[in-house]
Amino acid sequence: MNRLTLISLQILVAVAALAIWHVLTTYPVFGRILLPPFFFSNPFEVAQQVVTWFATGVIWKHLWVTLLESVLAFVLGSIGGVLVGFWFARQPRTAAVFDPYVKMVNALPRVVLAPIFTLWLGLGIWSKVALGVTLVFFIVFFNVYQGIKEVSPTVLANARMLGMNERQLMRHVYWPSALSWMFSSLHTSVGFAVVGAVVGEYLGAAAGLGYLIQQAEGVFDVAGVFAGMFVLAAFVIVIDTLVTVVEKRLLVWRPAVGDQRP
Amino acid sequence: MALAATTSPNGAAVALKDVVVAFRMARGEPFTAVDRASLTVADGEFVAIVGPTGCGKSTLLNIAAGLLTPFAGGVDIFGAPLDGLNRQAGYLFQADALFPWKTALENVAIGLETAGVAQTEARERAHAWLTRVGLGSFGDRYPHMLSGGQRKRVGLAQVLIRDPKILLMDEPFGPLDAQTRQIMGNLLLDLWSADRKAVLFVTHDLEEAIALSDRVVIMSAGPAARIIGDWKVPLARPRDISEVKLDPAFHALHREIWHTLKAEVLKGYAQAEGA
Repeated sequence: MNRLTLISLQILVAVAALAIWHVLTTYPVFGRILLPPFFFSNPFEVAQQVVTWFATGVIWKHLWVTLLESVLAFVLGSIGGVLVGFWFARQPRTAAVFDPYVKMVNALPRVVLAPIFTLWLGLGIWSKVALGVTLVFFIVFFNVYQGIKEVSPTVLANARMLGMNERQLMRHVYWPSALSWMFSSLHTSVGFAVVGAVVGEYLGAAAGLGYLIQQAEGVFDVAGVFAGMFVLAAFVIVIDTLVTVVEKRLLVWRPAVGDQRP
Repeated sequence: MALAATTSPNGAAVALKDVVVAFRMARGEPFTAVDRASLTVADGEFVAIVGPTGCGKSTLLNIAAGLLTPFAGGVDIFGAPLDGLNRQAGYLFQADALFPWKTALENVAIGLETAGVAQTEARERAHAWLTRVGLGSFGDRYPHMLSGGQRKRVGLAQVLIRDPKILLMDEPFGPLDAQTRQIMGNLLLDLWSADRKAVLFVTHDLEEAIALSDRVVIMSAGPAARIIGDWKVPLARPRDISEVKLDPAFHALHREIWHTLKAEVLKGYAQAEGA
């Protein structure tokens, strides 16, 4: 399938979905409207709402808040995950002692922490950042830990025979290995940073995309809810594309799947 | 031919003295992998260790490298007891040991950089080494973009750029096809003849061992593997691997050694089947 056909087909799916949505919410089928507009709105109203948000500029503030929260959650969670991951991987005893607690905290559904964070950190951005951090931290932590543990013993022995001291091992062997594992989970961790921000906003905030959706829902403005979802989806796709670009740059040394030479 | 002298002449590049390799098994009983192995490699000598699979020949190499400590016995490097890693040795591993996140050039340069050589100089010298192993124009490739043989060439350059006095090689050409092995063998002899390092070369391929080395040492099948034979290779240098295999002296020696080795190989099989 060439690129043009692929894109045409992808667009076709969107058009068809919108058309079905429009038809089912506007025209009666066998005497009744299958998707009542009160619950399902319709494509035009949603589009109108999105256009209004961008035309009046209201949306920028919310987008900015959500972006800021996501980026902060990602950066702080990653730094924490990398540090603790390195620490535990190099200190197996510490890791063994903390192991049950790490598992316990990780098993906890993070949403239940949201009220506590709101209580501790208020309705501003930091309670959302904290929620995102708890999600991102564990993904990065587990991957960095694994990355260091899974360094090939041969590569490690080779590095030592080539005269590397502990610091050089960190820089030339452990760090790149951990980084490659971390980047393989980059899409997941960035996604979770956004989830943390939006869920946090939804549960109590003064700004952000989650807040926008929650507000619309509060007044039964279904068009507003759908519009918020669309903006959020577009926002996530843009971020994901950026992640892909960064990933391709940083992991040039890794073989693409199916490209491995014997 | 009888066992060659087991006492180390002072200053031998590598002298393994009654080395015992033993582990404690999961159930606590001791398991002896290698039993009192003594072996010397003189400076400038190319010695091959041949033995059936699983006889602990790679373990002996790791002990000479200082990556493993023997259960009993000792290792002298140029007359001084080895403590910790063997800093005078370069080690070419059987498995892929290149850093996958570094280009071929960076992989070769790293051994100099760790020794404190400035990056620009290290890379220049690395490029010269890549050219010597025939990969001058492949410096910016990552290991996964190279073939198995090319990766071995990079590995050889990576080790030799540090100019180690001793070269330890663990079935380095094992995973390669026959053609490439021969080419790599000739490349190795070519590079080695330039400054004649002491080489300890482990292989299960007797032909390769005879074609490359000055001495061939045979190990018995494990457990409690021992060194059971030590032959000098009376072939002139410089050698070409494909030509030397046509030499009558090569065949005579091959037959003689194989006679010893065969019994051990069969014993090794029998144990593997019984296990």
